[in-house]
Amino acid sequence: MNSYLILEDGTIYEGTSIGAPKEVISEIVFNTSMTGYLEVMTDPSYVGQAICMTYPLIGNYGICFEDMESRGLWLDAFIVRELSEIPSNWRSENTIQNLLKQYAIPGIAGIDTRALTKHLRDKGTMNGMLTNKHYEGDELKEALERIKNYKIKDAVKIATEKNVELFPANDDDNLKTHKKVALLDLGAKRNIIRSLNNKGLDVVCYPSDAKAEDIIADNPDGIMLSNGPGDPKDNEDIIKEIKKLYDTDIPIFAICLGHQLMALATGADTYKLKFGHRGGNHPVKDIETGRVYITSQNHGYAVDMNTVNPEIAVEAYKNVNDGTNEGLRYIGKNIVTVQFHPEASPGPKDSEILFDKFIEMMEG
Amino acid sequence: MLNKDIKKVLVIGSGPIVIGQAAEFDYAGTQACKALREEGVEVILLNSNPATIMTDKDIADHVYIEPLTIEVAESIIEKEKPDSILPTLGGQAGLNMAMALSESGFLEKHNVKLIGTSAETISKAEDRLMFKETMDKIHEPVAASKVVKSIEDGLKVAAEIGYPIVLRPAYTLGGAGGGIAENEEQCRTILENGLRLSRVHEVLVERCISGWKEIEYEVMRDGAGNVITVCSMENLDPVGVHTGDSVVVAPTQTLSDKEYQMLRTSALNIITELDIKGGCNVQYALDPESFEYCVIEVNPRVSRSSALASKATGYPIARVAAKIALGYNLDEIKNEITGKTYACFEPMLDYCVVKMPRLPFDKFISADHHLSTQMKATGEVMAISSCFEGALMKAIRSLEQHVHGLMSYDYSYVDDKGLRKLISDTDDRRIWTVAEAMRRGMSAYEIHQLTKIDEWFIKKISNLLDMEKRLSSEALDENLLREAKHMEFPDRTIAKLQGITEEEVYELRKKLGIVANFRIVDTCAAEFEAETPYFYSDYNVDDEDIPSESGKKKVLILGSGPIRIGQGIEFDFCSVHSTWAFKKEGYETIIINNNPETVSTDFDTADKLYFEPLTKEDVRNVVDKEHPDGAVVQFGGQTAIKLSQFLTEMGVEILGTKPEDVDAAEDRERFDEILNETGIKRPEGCTVFTEDEAIEAAESLGYPVLVRPSYVLGGQGMQIAISDSDVREYIREINKIEQEHPILVDKYIKGIELEIDAICDGEDVLIPGIMEHIERTGIHSGDSISVYPARSISENAKNTLLDYTKRLAKALHVIGMINIQFIADGDDIYIIEVNPRSSRTVPYISKVTGIPIVSLATKIICGHTIKELGYMPGLQKDSGYYAIKMPVFSFEKIRGADISLGPEMKSTGEALGISKDFNEALHKAFLGAGVKLPKYYNMVITVKDEDKEDIIPIAKRFEAVGYNIYSTRGTYNVLKEAGVDCIRTRKVEQESPNILDLVLGHELDIVIDTPRDGASNRRDGFIIRRNAVETGVNVITAIDTAEALITSLENRKKNINLVDIAEI
Repeated sequence: MNSYLILEDGTIYEGTSIGAPKEVISEIVFNTSMTGYLEVMTDPSYVGQAICMTYPLIGNYGICFEDMESRGLWLDAFIVRELSEIPSNWRSENTIQNLLKQYAIPGIAGIDTRALTKHLRDKGTMNGMLTNKHYEGDELKEALERIKNYKIKDAVKIATEKNVELFPANDDDNLKTHKKVALLDLGAKRNIIRSLNNKGLDVVCYPSDAKAEDIIADNPDGIMLSNGPGDPKDNEDIIKEIKKLYDTDIPIFAICLGHQLMALATGADTYKLKFGHRGGNHPVKDIETGRVYITSQNHGYAVDMNTVNPEIAVEAYKNVNDGTNEGLRYIGKNIVTVQFHPEASPGPKDSEILFDKFIEMMEG
Repeated sequence: MLNKDIKKVLVIGSGPIVIGQAAEFDYAGTQACKALREEGVEVILLNSNPATIMTDKDIADHVYIEPLTIEVAESIIEKEKPDSILPTLGGQAGLNMAMALSESGFLEKHNVKLIGTSAETISKAEDRLMFKETMDKIHEPVAASKVVKSIEDGLKVAAEIGYPIVLRPAYTLGGAGGGIAENEEQCRTILENGLRLSRVHEVLVERCISGWKEIEYEVMRDGAGNVITVCSMENLDPVGVHTGDSVVVAPTQTLSDKEYQMLRTSALNIITELDIKGGCNVQYALDPESFEYCVIEVNPRVSRSSALASKATGYPIARVAAKIALGYNLDEIKNEITGKTYACFEPMLDYCVVKMPRLPFDKFISADHHLSTQMKATGEVMAISSCFEGALMKAIRSLEQHVHGLMSYDYSYVDDKGLRKLISDTDDRRIWTVAEAMRRGMSAYEIHQLTKIDEWFIKKISNLLDMEKRLSSEALDENLLREAKHMEFPDRTIAKLQGITEEEVYELRKKLGIVANFRIVDTCAAEFEAETPYFYSDYNVDDEDIPSESGKKKVLILGSGPIRIGQGIEFDFCSVHSTWAFKKEGYETIIINNNPETVSTDFDTADKLYFEPLTKEDVRNVVDKEHPDGAVVQFGGQTAIKLSQFLTEMGVEILGTKPEDVDAAEDRERFDEILNETGIKRPEGCTVFTEDEAIEAAESLGYPVLVRPSYVLGGQGMQIAISDSDVREYIREINKIEQEHPILVDKYIKGIELEIDAICDGEDVLIPGIMEHIERTGIHSGDSISVYPARSISENAKNTLLDYTKRLAKALHVIGMINIQFIADGDDIYIIEVNPRSSRTVPYISKVTGIPIVSLATKIICGHTIKELGYMPGLQKDSGYYAIKMPVFSFEKIRGADISLGPEMKSTGEALGISKDFNEALHKAFLGAGVKLPKYYNMVITVKDEDKEDIIPIAKRFEAVGYNIYSTRGTYNVLKEAGVDCIRTRKVEQESPNILDLVLGHELDIVIDTPRDGASNRRDGFIIRRNAVETGVNVITAIDTAEALITSLENRKKNINLVDIAEI
């Protein structure tokens, strides 16, 4: 079946429908990872977005359920050049096609994904509609109006788990630290929990509307603020709670949205990047050591370094390509926050060491 | 930061092209030299290979085309006093040399540092035991293994690990001498050979993991410890086939992110632990059914794979490695492709790359086609497409093996059982046998079981077969045509399946707007804008190739495709120099080529690079886009010449000599007319089509005769026939491939062979020099030892040569280059062959005469005249040096290949000997070719009757040098009679101990075995020659070569005089 991707500026791409035959309006973003499509599809940070994979052959190794980064799929739609009909991998249990249908998510294949990527790169991230209907004339005009007006809403609320849940440390006595981390789930990738558990930490996962007082009352050794979707400024209530966490002496480590919210909580500002960073090849420099790490990234917003009060925080990490902020160290606090994803999945594990540093922070 | 203490660097090249070490090191070395000089560093270059671009005075400040021996390197260091050596850019040869210099303490004594990677690092990666210990330390698994130094130990270890086992000799090229042994007997044979070939007499005995997935990572690290992955690659062929012979795909296709990251992390841990500063290649075996993996090998240097990775991603590994060696960190080095980002990132591909090996079995028909851990490919091609099917189809037609898809071989003679066997025996045609099996209904799973090729690849091949079926049964509508072109089915295949003509398909495509568009290789999957115009074609997508509006004239330069016997790196040298000259003349230069190992496909060689097959259709795609003002074909070997007619038909002007004149030199009748007009003789001959015509011709000419197809390169299929049955056999062989042109039968004349490369501007002719072959006629010019200047012909003969050259160049209306081969029989001069194009000898003659031949020829093609360019027409003054080009062979790597020399070219590379003294030049040339004698002072002589008289003085001279001579009966009698003290040995077919035991005794230096002409006689001595060559003995099959060798040995000396080519 024919399918169309209509961008808000009127550009239309025609391809073949994959997944659920459903019409959606979403924000269109591209991801340059060559592997890890399932991790991308199950990353809750993609709430409200449709993802275009720049690598043209997607689905080659099928679906390995244990690689899922959350309990489901969060993206609005999936855009690929060629969907492999013949997955081949010893762990593969299913196909992307089935998975999309199961979660009622539409997709489009056979479009010129490089052309789309260049369009988004040049014009900036924009909204689009994925539909199997051929819009023309006034109908198209009306549709474009709807597409333009789309805005991601309640993204974190959609992405977060609803209940408090304990994830005990891995059963390896050599690793056990008997430390407990409170994780504020803003749409957390499962590998954050796995990474902490693998290092011998118990993790208590709190929903995004948890109160700071409740978290503090449980006496965690450290607090972790997770990644998550949407515009960071849409989370006023959460930011207030995070300010309260900031005011304690509990060590805090934050990733992605967590990093942005901590910055907002302490008076800094965030802004939307032209087309974001989504992929597994972004070089990030540790300003203190000069070392560069190749990182996994997925964000459309960034902390504006010009608005960070130098008495509150200093830049700890910086993007080598475009100089944008990649992390902050808070002065007089045991708080480090990063824009990139040390939990990887998908992508390089080079900055996994940051979890060890978090343990060091907790150990004083 | 730049290390300011590094001011003068010695770069060591990789020597002659042999299997396992081809043009990739010229590419890497050239890029590195350029990167060093950009920083103001003075570069001294050592490489014995004169055909390379790195040995140009434009690339390095001081150039020594001298033998790659420790003594030579030491005297260069003493003379030039470099402060550093960059050891990791000259392949295994360069690395071994740097290590030997370091280990002996010479470098320390002379205050020379290894920059980039240290000696300790190199040992850790290269020494099998140290490598294993290092891997154990960081918990990186390697296959159960042990290093052994003797056959007994090896057999014991093998029994412990359990058969099958893999044997890998330490410090050898392309896995030379290695292999898989299924049992004790095979193990013993491989061990014997491997121990001998290993520089340190060590062989690694290893658990056999053949059948696992073979995965490679190219990684880089700088002095600050920053690490990145440039490219991951997956071999279609499982472990067990050398990666150089495998079909390789980039990026990996069948690995999940978990597997990919597991191996990536491992590779980065390894490069960190080894403390590499530069590039490194890590090869893995990955169990297809679990997360278990083993590290197979680490190369702490640039390699064939790094060249491939550079071209596949656009990331210039050698350049970045050189900058790192100078002290820069990755985040301080600009990414030249984007111009915006830095070298510290990981390239992301948004296309699929397929590399295919170019195997030499078209030359060595009788050789064993089986692929194993011993590399056999002479070269490779790379293709880029948005899908695997397309990249595979493009790669297949880039090979230039008369194959355009999966239907090209006939398997009707094989039954299903035979086919199953063919599939299980991995050989050069495995892709086609797999396709055939699927056509017969075998399932992907079953094929996977037999081949261990991942089902993903098998099913992709099956997609191509489905398309074949649809094209032969469905009407050709727009959708079908779009899909077929997306999979890169060439028009000619679509036409054949549809029963229409190729032109009809092309017209239909144009009408429907289904044309090839071009995409940029940008290192970043379009995330950033790219500045470098490096393109590949794709269908059904937007075009990114905007023809420039520079207002400059555009010239299309056709490259020479994969390196193969007969068409080597020399033609890349010519293409690149021509490109540079066109740039200087103000042209916009456009290169089309498909060889990832070369300088011509480097991103900054031409103004635009199209990485495409060199077929009519693929070239037309570029022409339709660029509308060049002209194309130049005379520098790209036969590959480019073959395309001239098509280019003319497309309306592209061929610059320089016109296609009809090129054709006149190849077309026997037209050429004869020209010879008649100019009054030049050639050996009598006829053109024929059938066996009967050939025999009739041979009988009327009188035996011996030369039989060969026209329009071929490197004398392919050329043979000397002495009887009717020879003629029959050869004609049958030639006709196995459909012949578009007649077969030539010529009278064979024995004499001195001479060769001239000349430049003609339409009026005047410039002749840089005359070359003379040491071997008399009958041996291909590429396999002969070539001497500049000619020394044994009379003044009369010389004048005739020059006169003929001028007459021919003018009669053929040559504008640019011409290469002519002559026979001198006393003062009588005959012409053998004329090639109105650049030749194999051009790089070497350019360097030793100091005349920039290609650059001059290009300027003449642009309209200048010889006089205008400041040269006097005619033969140029001798440069005062003797320069000898010595052929180098890779026979030991091709099991079953007959090594005796004849009219068909067999050498893979060449070395140069240059000196003011002829004898020294000859000695240097042999040394450069790796002939380091004497060692054991034992030799075997067994010659044909015609040579028996000539061998006597030669044998006496070997005796005088101290050789013990063994001979079989006939030769023994002759030598004994002449007073040579020799030892008689039995022939191979006689009872043991015989000559074969002598060879296998491993204490022989030389075998001189001249086989008689004729098909059946050539088979005599085959076993001896094969065994000798496989055990590392120097085998000589022509009497003239033997004489040259003894002259060289008589003139050997420790201190040789160095010649800096940059000063000529």
